Amino acid sequence: MSTQLAGGPLVSVRNLRIKFRLDRHTEFEAVKGISFDIAKNSTVALVGESGSGKSVTSLAILGLLPPENSIIDPASEIRYDGRNLIGLPMIELRQLRGADISMIFQEPMTSLNPVFTCGYQLEEVLKLHMGLTGRQARKRAIDLLREVGIPEPERRIDAYPSQMSGGQQQRVMIAMAIACEPKLLIADEPTTALDVTIQKQILDLIADLQKRHHMSVLFITHDLAVVGEIADYVVVMRNGEIREQGVAADVFERPKDSYTKALLRCRPQLDRRPVRLPVIDDYMGDSASADHPAGYSENLRLMMRERTRGVSASDPIILDVKNLGKSFYTRDGLVGRREFKAVKDVSFKLPKGKTVGLVGESGSGKTTVGLTLMRLHEATTGEAFFEGQDILSMSPRRFMDYKRRIQIIFQNPYASLNPRFTVGQILTEPMLIHEIGSNAQERTDMAFELLSKVGLPEVSFYKYPHEFSGGQRQRIAVARCLTMKPDILICDESVSALDVSVQAQVLNLLQDLQDEYGLSYIFISHDLAVVKYISDQVMVMNEGQIIEMANSDEIYRHPKQPYTQKLLASIPKGWHAD
Amino acid sequence: MATDLATLQSGARVAPREIPHTVSPSLWVLAWRRLRSDYVGMVSLGIVAAFLVMVILSGTGLIAKDWSREVGVNYAPPTFLGADIEAEKAAAKEKSEAASTAAAPAEEYKSSVVDPIGDVIAELKGQKPATAGAPATSDEGKSVDPLADVMADIRAGKTGRGEVAAEERRATLPLGGDKWGRDVLKKTIKGSETSIFVGIAAALVATFLGTLFGAISGYYGKWIDDFFNWFYSIFSSIPYLLLILAVAAVLQQKGIMTIVLILGLTGWTGVFRLIRAEYLKHKAREYVQAADAIGASNARRMFVHIFPNVSHVVLVQVSILTVAFIKSEVILSFLGFGVPVDVVSWGSMLNEAQNELILGKWWQLVAAGTAMALLVTAFSLFTDALRDALDPKLKGRAGA
Repeated sequence: MSTQLAGGPLVSVRNLRIKFRLDRHTEFEAVKGISFDIAKNSTVALVGESGSGKSVTSLAILGLLPPENSIIDPASEIRYDGRNLIGLPMIELRQLRGADISMIFQEPMTSLNPVFTCGYQLEEVLKLHMGLTGRQARKRAIDLLREVGIPEPERRIDAYPSQMSGGQQQRVMIAMAIACEPKLLIADEPTTALDVTIQKQILDLIADLQKRHHMSVLFITHDLAVVGEIADYVVVMRNGEIREQGVAADVFERPKDSYTKALLRCRPQLDRRPVRLPVIDDYMGDSASADHPAGYSENLRLMMRERTRGVSASDPIILDVKNLGKSFYTRDGLVGRREFKAVKDVSFKLPKGKTVGLVGESGSGKTTVGLTLMRLHEATTGEAFFEGQDILSMSPRRFMDYKRRIQIIFQNPYASLNPRFTVGQILTEPMLIHEIGSNAQERTDMAFELLSKVGLPEVSFYKYPHEFSGGQRQRIAVARCLTMKPDILICDESVSALDVSVQAQVLNLLQDLQDEYGLSYIFISHDLAVVKYISDQVMVMNEGQIIEMANSDEIYRHPKQPYTQKLLASIPKGWHAD
Repeated sequence: MATDLATLQSGARVAPREIPHTVSPSLWVLAWRRLRSDYVGMVSLGIVAAFLVMVILSGTGLIAKDWSREVGVNYAPPTFLGADIEAEKAAAKEKSEAASTAAAPAEEYKSSVVDPIGDVIAELKGQKPATAGAPATSDEGKSVDPLADVMADIRAGKTGRGEVAAEERRATLPLGGDKWGRDVLKKTIKGSETSIFVGIAAALVATFLGTLFGAISGYYGKWIDDFFNWFYSIFSSIPYLLLILAVAAVLQQKGIMTIVLILGLTGWTGVFRLIRAEYLKHKAREYVQAADAIGASNARRMFVHIFPNVSHVVLVQVSILTVAFIKSEVILSFLGFGVPVDVVSWGSMLNEAQNELILGKWWQLVAAGTAMALLVTAFSLFTDALRDALDPKLKGRAGA
């Protein structure tokens, strides 16, 4: 930082090739010869979906790839300060890692050691790399905590990680990363695990620190909207290759590559609501791909039209929830128990054929509402009337009929399908349980039908879940629900774990199904843009209570509650020429 | 439950419209492929399989059926040593002759001492030539001499010892002979049968109990879990050997099945804890919640949905426990709490070898010890390979 040369980049990656050995005979090329520079005193964003090789690239810069199964091509170069980091002895690399290059990870909860205080862990770094004594280290640690915005650092320095919130933990991680005044800070999805309001604060902090310490930041993310807020230079990766790189303004305003264009448009926007979301194939040219049945030429037309949403008073109500409450109890001492109210007094009406969005930050109780309505948790108080019957108080035997009609799609398609079942078994099991279809033939026929309905080839019937990608698995989960011909579908963060392009496909599928079958959705998500796109009505939840409920356009245009306003203000806006 | 699964699977198999498809590998097939590429694992599997084949052959009586026949001279040395010292062989022969001639006076002496039943003995003796070859199981004989049955068996040649003089005894045996000149190789094979059968059967019993209790406890939680935990704590607070002795006392009889029961009833605790933890973990997983959402019953979720996902743990436990129980059986038999005297196992062989070792007759020890070490080592290595194959993440290599 002393010699601020305009030229010479801090890090230059040249022709980087990384292979992984999967077993004795097969290798997988994760990074296929990429080149880019990280200029001094700038923020470079490495953007890509899962499997693009972005994290592998960052680990290669740090020399943290597992040596037993990764191979870096010897012709590759990662130049830092005139030295090639590839092939550098472990000892020199380790010195570099602490002092010149440091890293923050996605999960602060697992990156901090839970049995030591934050101060201890911070001081350890200072003593080790800066050679400070105990007292000096403690003083510097307090300064650092103040710098990253921990309130009352003199007191909080002795707190354990578990006594801090997720956002504060990430701040401590950042304090550790900048403790030795690094020249390069690698941030690997540092905000992905955090709530949107915290994400905003952390992004601001990183941008602020970058300017103040004249460091370079390599920011790795899947979210282009976040990139727009922070990056000077953008590198877009897909399948181990660089699709496009350039100054942020150019990439956002005049994207040249079809994939970059797709990424920018697949994500639901707050100010537009097309009838169909564009998906990646619309831009990539292979529109006749097996994943998508037909009619893709007319998609472009549908993408241009706006869909109107909203609930009117005349809409028939399918589910009427009154004063729903759910408490969890933890043991307290030998006989006592402590009550925790996850959901307090929630009332809403779900109109037939419409979508009600449920938005809130983690811990707001939104998932509990969904699980309680399905009776996967038993409600503590309240009623839910489905066709005049209170489904929360009826006997489990009677509820079986209604259970079929309310179904749920979970967040993580990797966890919600039994890995030991074939797709055929997954799809025929609910029919077997609810005696839908008179024999195996009929059920199998129906399963085939549903597979093509959700856009999967029929041969999927014989495969296991692990042979599918995340988006395909979520389609299987949707198909499983459809086997029971439900009336209400609860989508619990159903698209949150998916890549942006895949997310658009699943949202389109859900919308198609609603148009065709008149399904009613309860759409639970922390992602306000997605909820705005799919919902007719939006409820905002905080600390177990619904604090605001209105038609979706209304709530985004004129939020009444301060909490809602704060949530909306935190949404990354993407690129804005300013 | 089983029929449900069967219909489910048959439902999946019926393909009304023929769609060309390749068979997708199930997780078991994938695990087998991983195992096959594990060199050490496959070699160990080969050794274990060879032992199992041997056990089956011996169990069906195809080999080592006549293990108790005294085919060699006493303490016949192994063939590869050669009939090492001619003198020793002669001495052994002489000694055995001396022993057989000494037997008669001893009996005479005994009968003269035991006066009150002297006439009964005399009667029995008088019968002897008449009933030679047939079991002498007269009530009188039984009431008098507790060993009468055994003696009768011996006389009848049931245990083979009666045929001593009938044939030429061999000077050397492939792996040597024991005190009575029985073939150590055959004894080892027969002993393997006992030990391995006890190990596998007890492991199955213990794993079955542990899995069942663990599944119920972990799945239902609450007071059911409390109850099983209490039961488990009580059970594991009693010292292991004491527990075994207690069970042995309750069961009252010695036999192979008794050992299996003892080991099985005392060995389920480890499996219980492991499976309970697995069920606790899995019941909160989304796929189980999804199964609940589609209306699957508790039993169905427990055994159709969760069980296949923890079955690899069960399999590894069976494997670990088999090794442990083989060792336990050896220890128990060595201490004399194990198999009955007319059954040979590695433990009883080692027990006999104790005394033989003083005389410098080491081959029985080496034979039983080597067989046991080979199997236990191979089985343990195979267990490791099995675990790696079933759960590649455990290998600790961070992937991409």
